Amino acid sequence: MSIELKKVSKRFVDNVVLDGVDFFVAEGETVALLGPSGVGKSVLLKHIIGLIKPDSGEVWVDGQLVPMLRRKELAELRSRIGYVFQNGALFDSMDVFENIRLGITDEKKYADKDYCIRRVKECLRLVNLNEDVGRKLPSELSGGMRKRVGIARAIAGKPTYLLYDEPTSGLDPVNADVIDSLIERLQQEIGVTSVVVTHDVRGAFRVADRIALLAQAKIRAVGTAEEIIASKDPVVQQFLERDLEMAVIQANEGPAGPAAAGGAGSR
Amino acid sequence: MRAFTAALDLRRYVGRWSIRSASHAGRFTFMLLDLARGLLEWRVWVPYTVRQTIAVGYGSLFIVLLVAGFAGAVTSLQAGYQFTGQLPLYVAGGIISESMILELGPVLTGLILAGRIGARYAAELGSMRVTEQIDALESLGRSPVTHLLLPRIIAGLIAIPVLVMMANAFGIAVGYITAQGSLGLTYADFEFGARYFFRPLDLWYSLVKSFAFAGAVTIIPCYIGFNTQQGAEGVGRATTQAVVAASVTVLMLDTILTKLILGTAK
Repeated sequence: MSIELKKVSKRFVDNVVLDGVDFFVAEGETVALLGPSGVGKSVLLKHIIGLIKPDSGEVWVDGQLVPMLRRKELAELRSRIGYVFQNGALFDSMDVFENIRLGITDEKKYADKDYCIRRVKECLRLVNLNEDVGRKLPSELSGGMRKRVGIARAIAGKPTYLLYDEPTSGLDPVNADVIDSLIERLQQEIGVTSVVVTHDVRGAFRVADRIALLAQAKIRAVGTAEEIIASKDPVVQQFLERDLEMAVIQANEGPAGPAAAGGAGSR
Repeated sequence: MRAFTAALDLRRYVGRWSIRSASHAGRFTFMLLDLARGLLEWRVWVPYTVRQTIAVGYGSLFIVLLVAGFAGAVTSLQAGYQFTGQLPLYVAGGIISESMILELGPVLTGLILAGRIGARYAAELGSMRVTEQIDALESLGRSPVTHLLLPRIIAGLIAIPVLVMMANAFGIAVGYITAQGSLGLTYADFEFGARYFFRPLDLWYSLVKSFAFAGAVTIIPCYIGFNTQQGAEGVGRATTQAVVAASVTVLMLDTILTKLILGTAK
């Protein structure tokens, strides 16, 4: 029940995005993948779910070698992985209810309307959204609400893995806190193995058991928040420098609850 | 030195063009194979197809009939200008019905729908690609082929031949009304002329063309939209490419099918 990348390399034309990257997430663990924008964090995440194939190296999820899976095997594996896209990637033509319902990956349960209604309501509640939101179209939602609906869709199929792609990017600090709290709470309530891709140091320190820093196409550091802070690697230091003080303060203060944070569209 | 560089550039250009063409040919072939495989999963694509057929068919009806009506009227007026006084009036009935069935009905409808449906499909799928909606669908273990491509293509294959037949009928009706007003053509003369020149093969030819055009104005834009890259600019470029490619393919198929079907008919 783990995720492991071994010596994964990927280039797009002349741009080397990943160069022999090793990455491991143990069962039940939450790992934050930090790094500057455009460094290839999302590319790494897409390797895990098989949306991108590596040029070389191995991607193992649940003991299966992802790039070698057949179509049906890959679909079956994906049904156990929830993926939260950067901008929600909600289907424009469907209302929120149908969007979340599509996340129910078990075909028998998907065909059962009563189950779907119950599950969608449950997921909306888990992400602090009212049932009324289910009738709205994605275009009627705020950025924060869209992210939460994206999370609701990702957890609707009761996945064993959750991959978050920049869950707080583009949000104001209050809404970013709401999403971070949500990730923490989901981790406690449904106990999934998670990878959180972010460039928000504070958020990463708050939600993750371990942190990996991706820079210059390689994983430069892996460890707990304290180990990352103590790293002597100049690239790590340079990346953390600006946010470090804030991150330490945040870590010492502890998480702010969603009630304190409020946020658009919450109950 | 300059000539050498130019020759090298030409080689690079030809090389890049060849790689790109081979890549498109490969991807297009794989898409067709995926479509064929996806047909087996009818439980998924049938509900979406019904919705798409209504949207495409009903949504295009007005513009298709409008264009067919004008085509029928113009054909009628031109027939009057060309032949009045030299040929019997019933010939106009034959010219109007045959022009609509053989050429104007299918080709004008095909071109109009290349713009309307082609642009719609390419823009929809292109936007879904750049906003990661297609990736999202795949991440949920669902196939974009059965959820997005097949419903759109089959909807076109159902709706477009029906629209072409309606365009034929409407164009002929408007042509008759125009000829009655401008030439004083009676219904009996019109019917005699239409029946005199009509062969059942004409209708089959029109139907075969409509299916071929339906394939062109759905499959090509779906392929281009599905492979869109580079944000909003990419969606714009994909939409333009889809309309141009579908329109040119309609005209090419028109020529090929005419040679194949009518060129060999006695």
